Amino acid sequence: MYPTTPRESGTFGARPRPAGGFELWSWYFMRISGAVLLLLAVFHLLWMHLVIGLDNITFETIVRRWTGPLGAFWRVYDLALLVFALTHGMNGARWVINDYVHRRGWNLGLKSALGVLYALLMLMGAYVIFTFQAPPTIVAP
Amino acid sequence: MEVRVRIQRYNPEVDEKPHWEEYTVEVEPTDRVIDALHQIKWFQDGTLAVRRSCLHGICGSDAMLINGRNRLACKTLVRDLGKVITVAPLRGFRVIKDLVVDMEPFFRKYRSVMPYLVNDERPPARERLQSPEERARFDDTTKCILCAACTTACPSFWADSRYVGPAAIVQAHRFIFDSRDQAWRERLQILNENTGVWRCRNIFNCVEACPRDINVNKAIAEVRQALITGSRGIEEPE
Repeated sequence: MYPTTPRESGTFGARPRPAGGFELWSWYFMRISGAVLLLLAVFHLLWMHLVIGLDNITFETIVRRWTGPLGAFWRVYDLALLVFALTHGMNGARWVINDYVHRRGWNLGLKSALGVLYALLMLMGAYVIFTFQAPPTIVAP
Repeated sequence: MEVRVRIQRYNPEVDEKPHWEEYTVEVEPTDRVIDALHQIKWFQDGTLAVRRSCLHGICGSDAMLINGRNRLACKTLVRDLGKVITVAPLRGFRVIKDLVVDMEPFFRKYRSVMPYLVNDERPPARERLQSPEERARFDDTTKCILCAACTTACPSFWADSRYVGPAAIVQAHRFIFDSRDQAWRERLQILNENTGVWRCRNIFNCVEACPRDINVNKAIAEVRQALITGSRGIEEPE
């Protein structure tokens, strides 16, 4: 027997729109960050190797870059590189763990360790980028 | 022509692990692999277990690993394979015997995506009409015969058998993009889980394996797009 009134059960189409959810956003983030990283990393590579030159990459060069007139730009640039590369890589590692580690305890343990490592590296990197000051021996340009 | 057929044999009641056995058969170049297997089973070694039904590439019973690729034994000609043919059961499933694998986990995943039309509205006096364009939207995925060639060619599925797999996504796609269907949100919700479409890594083995030439990866991408936009690109009533 067919239902006698349209949409009798009210079961279907009753749920909210299906977008959202952590896995969806993690997948979407990988596409966006992949594209962003391509630009960031290629520019970083070209700048370091061709503009600065391989032999000139020293502590002093970086100090001058971060404390010079374009210091704010370079710090934001390096922060973006840190955030995107670290998050992209760590999420990839999380996928690998989900794919291959099926024992619940190991899976959770490894992902927790990964989370701690992620937070630690992110904090360390961000701390340096935000608080770095030129040592007195090197004079800012 | 004379060909050598190497078959991976395994009887879990007797054997400790699978082993290869070789048979020599006389076949026509235009014979199919299943004909060679029939010759072996009927005239050389009756203990060989092989599953097939329609023998015309539509029932999906005889998908197996032939010369390193998943294909239907009833659709693959001997002349396209050369003098040595290797045949093994589909990877990623439990082997029941020789070339016969346990498909139940595969069908469980198939059932999990609600592979049937859901429409609560009172049906019209005749058919639920649909324009040719609306029908074309999901035409590709109607071709699936549930042979499991795609799912058992998928490294994501090999790595984690909880992954719903390409075949179930193809079946979900067939109804998600059907303008007459009302349960597309539920299906998207099911595929939005950790074991759903996000496990696909775009390896494209499924596309290569499909004996029906379904663009499986495209179907998966379209489901993902529907999830991200929250819309299936079909104007909804109300």
